[in-house]
Amino acid sequence: MTLELRQVALEVGGETHIHPTDLRLERGGFNILLGTTRAGKTTLMHLMAGLERPTAGQVWFEGRDVTGISVRRRNVAMVHQQFINYPSLSVFENIASPLRVARMARAEIDARVREAADLLKLTPMLGRRPDELSGGQQQRTAIARALVKDADLVLLDEPLANLDYKLREELREELPRLFEAKGAVVVYATTEPSEALLLAGHTATLHEGRVTGFGPTGALYRAPGDLLTAQVFSEPPINLGRVEKRGGRVALAQDGAALAEWDAPAALSEAADGTYTMGLRPHFVQPANGSGLPEVEGRVLVTELSGSESVAHFELAGQPWVSQAHGIHPFEVGLTARFALETARAFYFDGAGRRVGS
Amino acid sequence: MRRTNQIGWLFVAPVLLLVAFNALIPLMTVVNYSVQESFGDNVFFWSGLQWFEQLLNEDRFHAALGRQLMFTGIILAIELPLGVAIALCMPKKGPFVPVCLVLMALPLLIPWNVVGAMWNILALPEIGLLGYGLNAAGIDFNFTQSPVDAWITIVAMDVWHWTSLVVLLAFAGLSAIPDAYYQAARIDGASRWSVFRHIELPKMKRVLTIAVLLRFMDSFMIYTEISVLTGGGPGNATTLLSIDLVKKALGQFDLGPAAAMSLVYFLITLLVSWLFYTLMTRGEQ
Repeated sequence: MTLELRQVALEVGGETHIHPTDLRLERGGFNILLGTTRAGKTTLMHLMAGLERPTAGQVWFEGRDVTGISVRRRNVAMVHQQFINYPSLSVFENIASPLRVARMARAEIDARVREAADLLKLTPMLGRRPDELSGGQQQRTAIARALVKDADLVLLDEPLANLDYKLREELREELPRLFEAKGAVVVYATTEPSEALLLAGHTATLHEGRVTGFGPTGALYRAPGDLLTAQVFSEPPINLGRVEKRGGRVALAQDGAALAEWDAPAALSEAADGTYTMGLRPHFVQPANGSGLPEVEGRVLVTELSGSESVAHFELAGQPWVSQAHGIHPFEVGLTARFALETARAFYFDGAGRRVGS
Repeated sequence: MRRTNQIGWLFVAPVLLLVAFNALIPLMTVVNYSVQESFGDNVFFWSGLQWFEQLLNEDRFHAALGRQLMFTGIILAIELPLGVAIALCMPKKGPFVPVCLVLMALPLLIPWNVVGAMWNILALPEIGLLGYGLNAAGIDFNFTQSPVDAWITIVAMDVWHWTSLVVLLAFAGLSAIPDAYYQAARIDGASRWSVFRHIELPKMKRVLTIAVLLRFMDSFMIYTEISVLTGGGPGNATTLLSIDLVKKALGQFDLGPAAAMSLVYFLITLLVSWLFYTLMTRGEQ
């Protein structure tokens, strides 16, 4: 099954909510919409579902134009960030509700509901009402409702965002297993790059109503096509620096003085001389250890130590930078520290934000 | 072992004192009157439960209580569904929301005696817009002579005055429902009726409980509007409990029986409110 957006756009009251978007989502594996709050993930999902009608472009499903068809007549299921269940109905009736609307036979409804409840560990709760359940169980009920329907398109809109850490881990592992067997096109919205990487599949990065990049999740992470995609797909935020390229050499410069200098990689040395933006993920910025990598000095602003890693925020050439290193590294806030840059892993972006060599 | 912290009493003492002065002491005065026979010159005799016995066996009290229950029943049956229906029809977003809310709130801002006077003038058959209009249209309408017409007028007045309160409460309940519920219902293919039955109604339950309680208590104690509009007439047709009580206490100056009636009236109001509350919040933690 395939869901295709062809130049789909949405304008509300003269304001562009979604810029013309082309996207082709296949069944098998999750299709992840990654972006910050208000990037347009939910709106894009509404357009896919038919909850909202695009002001331009078409939505195609299985080779059929479904643009004008209301969500009632499409076979869609959705799980929201808030736990949405019918408050006065039991868990059983909640899960059964889409089947009852579809006028399915009583015995079949019973069998399907029990199967879904079993998968989501809700069997003992079937007789309770949603307000008698924990948050995790409420969301499981909503997921079960999406599951029984055998929908062609399943939309999961930050379904784990309101759950605590443990439940999130648990459900994140279960979700792909639950929905992949169903053969639906599954779309999953999240604000967290790490969640996208954990779920794999394909990822589309969104920024201010625009899809900036789309591809297999790992590939998009390793080789983002442009600066915005790299920024959306990095947590902690990707480090940016203005670099001067002259011939085969690259220099990170501030006020004409080079802070660090290194050999340009193949892709960049073929490009024209001039100013580029370098993007370097925080885990490629390490405390200096004399390994021969280009080193820079910066004043440490904030440090965060977790059990296994150290994060240091520092200032470099007037920009906020972040270093993320394994182990415990004692940084003194307010003092300067030396950091080594794994420049071989850096991305270079031209004036238009395109990645050089992409 | 449970330790009780005695200093807590010190902190609630001012409130207790205030409640004592404005609720308990007046109430106890009423209790005092209700067990005594009074004469002029401040002469009182102990009469025990005589006034209570007399009251509970009195046809006049039964009739007033019956009229009161009928009035409250009728206006609850009209105002609640009507209020919810209006709230459902109101726009949820946009510039017309404040306009609608202000229009709805207007009747609530009018003093009760003014409402009574307005409807009195409005319904007068000789000069009132409504009364004259109805008669001109060939409908025989005179609330000062026909008990049925009087009842129609007081019910219409109360519905006009207080439905807004239900509308505002129901609207507040509706506005608190996240859009995602409606989207989920659309995705399920649920009908308008199921959206109302399974989403809107349960989500409004709490505010509607408040609405029922407020409307019950207010209508059960209604005095000013009806006193101004019909004065309890024609005859005793619209003499509800409070009007009967005032006739007894101030008209006849029967302090003992009036005090006994006040207490019974108060207990009925309390009991029915408690019943409503218990029934409507049943099954909640």
